[in-house]
Amino acid sequence: MNLEISNLRLPLATFALELDAHLEARVTGLFGPSGSGKTSLLETIAGLRRPASGRICLDGEVLTDPVTHIFRPPEKRGVGFVPQDSSLFAHLSVKENLCYSQRMPAHTARPTPSYDHVVDVLQIGPLVSRRIGMLSGGERQRVAFGRALLAAPQLLLLDEPLASLDTDLKDQIMPYLILIRDEFKIPMLLVSHSADEMVALCDEVLIFEAGRCRRRGKPSDLFVASPKSHHMLAKLP
Amino acid sequence: MTSEIWQVTWFTTWVAAASTLFILPPGIALGWLLARRQWPGKSIVETLVALPLVVPPVATGLILLKLLGRRGMIGNWLETNLGIEIVFTWKAVVVATAVMSLPLLVRTARVAFEAVSPRVEQVARTLGAGPWRVFWTITLPLARRGVIAGAVLAFARALGEFGATIMVAGFIPGKTETLSLSIYHLVQLGHDAQALVLLGISVTLAFGAVWFSERLQRGAAV
Repeated sequence: MNLEISNLRLPLATFALELDAHLEARVTGLFGPSGSGKTSLLETIAGLRRPASGRICLDGEVLTDPVTHIFRPPEKRGVGFVPQDSSLFAHLSVKENLCYSQRMPAHTARPTPSYDHVVDVLQIGPLVSRRIGMLSGGERQRVAFGRALLAAPQLLLLDEPLASLDTDLKDQIMPYLILIRDEFKIPMLLVSHSADEMVALCDEVLIFEAGRCRRRGKPSDLFVASPKSHHMLAKLP
Repeated sequence: MTSEIWQVTWFTTWVAAASTLFILPPGIALGWLLARRQWPGKSIVETLVALPLVVPPVATGLILLKLLGRRGMIGNWLETNLGIEIVFTWKAVVVATAVMSLPLLVRTARVAFEAVSPRVEQVARTLGAGPWRVFWTITLPLARRGVIAGAVLAFARALGEFGATIMVAGFIPGKTETLSLSIYHLVQLGHDAQALVLLGISVTLAFGAVWFSERLQRGAAV
């Protein structure tokens, strides 16, 4: 992945998100307290928000550049987005959700993974004929991953995909995220409050605070195991 | 049921259905625009759409008469250019009932669209769907219960329309004779028994429509 974010500025309610970064890692984590601008950054990359200024370029393609009036709409970016609540289409079956993108023209150079392969890797075969209302939280999230993967995105944005799940479910879903990373090799940007997720999944982490990236580095340099629990904690600067 | 009662019932149902179909596209579009977009003059349009709910129906009828009459701005244009005459015809009944029932459709559709999570629509965009496709495949199907409920409510309102209709269409037996106009006419003539039969039909139709609409709205959060 080659994601260039130059002089990005997005005014938010109490501060402005500002970022100048070149991201190349396979999985990049965005870590920081609630309201620090992480989700807004994902939305800006996905084309769901227009920044006041700044340029976003993915693998050489300009996605956003207010100076040259380029703003590629979300459907033409080849950027997948899985929000915290999975946002499945409740009026469609699981299979119809998975296949939603297959009726659209492709805007990505990446080959589309086969439906059977995605269903197999995420172990959602028994769910495909079900209605969305009949799925558990963990099943919903797996279907949301599958739906995004089948659109063959150049970049997958994951906005706290495990936040709405309890601890047991998180432990069940985490291996699927690792599988997605290793099996489909789609570059990912992962927003999370969990240092454990950052350490388990990311190659590089950006720590945000009030709209700015305060620290950046490898998870092993930024997080340390808590002496009192099995969980990871952010190292003090 | 005598053929006359049958004819009035059929005409009223037909006119109510036609006016509901007539307002469906603009009603859905307005409901969506009010729910999802910010635009200059939005509050003015919002107020204008709601006006028929609070302005006396005869006053709305008078406005329509002035606009659609032979010397009215719209009526004159329609007659001169297209040879279409509106007032005191069945078309006037359709227009009057449409204007009076539009607010109910718009308000119910707006609430239904507001209940659809914008996040779901955004995710559909990232999956490759353009705004139109998102509307037809995601927004409208998710809001369908509320939209249908609004259409049924509008249909029920159209069934009982009186004030605006009598102003712009008059009471012409066999031509613009709806259930409510007939009830009024029969009571004026002292034919209370026949009026009560029409009253029963009106109440039954309205009850069925409102009951169906309420059921749909209760399950509107899909």
